[in-house]
Amino acid sequence: MLRALALLLACQLAGEALSHQFGLPVPGPVVGLVLLALGLGLYARSRPGFEDWPVAKLSDLLLGSLGLLFVPAGAGVVQQFGILGDNGLALVALIILTTIITLLATVGTFLGVKRLMERGRT
Amino acid sequence: MNNPFSLWVYLSTTPLLWLTVTLLAWIGADLIALRAGRHPLANPVLIAIIAVALILVLTGTPYRTYFEGAQFVHFMLGPATVAIAIPLVRHRRAIADNLVPLMAALVVGALAAVVSAILLAKLFGLPKEVLLSVAPKSVTAGVAMGISEKIGGLPALTAVVVVTTGIFGAVVVTPLMNMLRITDYAARGFAAGLAAHGIGTARAFNVHPLAGTFAGIALGLNAVVTAFIVPPVVAWLG
Repeated sequence: MLRALALLLACQLAGEALSHQFGLPVPGPVVGLVLLALGLGLYARSRPGFEDWPVAKLSDLLLGSLGLLFVPAGAGVVQQFGILGDNGLALVALIILTTIITLLATVGTFLGVKRLMERGRT
Repeated sequence: MNNPFSLWVYLSTTPLLWLTVTLLAWIGADLIALRAGRHPLANPVLIAIIAVALILVLTGTPYRTYFEGAQFVHFMLGPATVAIAIPLVRHRRAIADNLVPLMAALVVGALAAVVSAILLAKLFGLPKEVLLSVAPKSVTAGVAMGISEKIGGLPALTAVVVVTTGIFGAVVVTPLMNMLRITDYAARGFAAGLAAHGIGTARAFNVHPLAGTFAGIALGLNAVVTAFIVPPVVAWLG
């Protein structure tokens, strides 16, 4: 487990270093995600038992309680009452509309393209 | 024995108290959500944030003091973002099988999220720094805050908007998809993860394992795509 945590942190660190050094628009953890996915993807080709690796178990633990990790940032609402008071209604309307638009655009494109491909095959 | 008030004064400034409060609020909120049969409205993230915010307001604790304890939980957003690599590798076959619809939905969905947020922010006359803070709102908090900081937004406001988006998406996705009679759980989950990041993904896993898997795929891919598209789209429309 300790090695798995070190692997995640090392990937994040390498990502931060690359992002900072080359002035990438992408945050460090995302670069780390890409590095780990490429590395593991290549490594897992030649080796079975990927599910039993400690890094897979640690990832399940972290992603299984992902909601918890949003609580400290979300509680930051207590210091945003000023800006929310001025723009609160507009922000709520924006969040509701964009979230529904995004959900519909995504699910519509996914199903539309899938159906087009199935029709193309038959 | 010291009087209880001085004990509170002592404890309320320690990171230990606020870390413990964060964990207990989450465990309690998750239990309530479970008892409510995972009803969309009983969102554990929302319940835990309301509980913590109430405690902070009622005890007059500054957010900065709270964050000294809670930062240990917040820090894990980085490693958790890296950890999204594992579901991507695990489900590489499912990704390969649905590659074309998935990539099309990824690009259209990510653009829809960023463009609609910027255009509505302009339409509502929101200040520039607020516009920059809401542009990356559909991706997971750690990444969205990073993007917001890079383009000159307010990361703290981004965090609140991201969490609100996640909660709203998680609450609305099930009734919306049922209303439209969409039964393809891969497509439903993918939309939930793309529009509502980790909170939508947690919801998707509660609904159906396949939905959860595709939500995780969308969350990971969207974190990468949105990080790339926000700066040019902001330069173009902002």
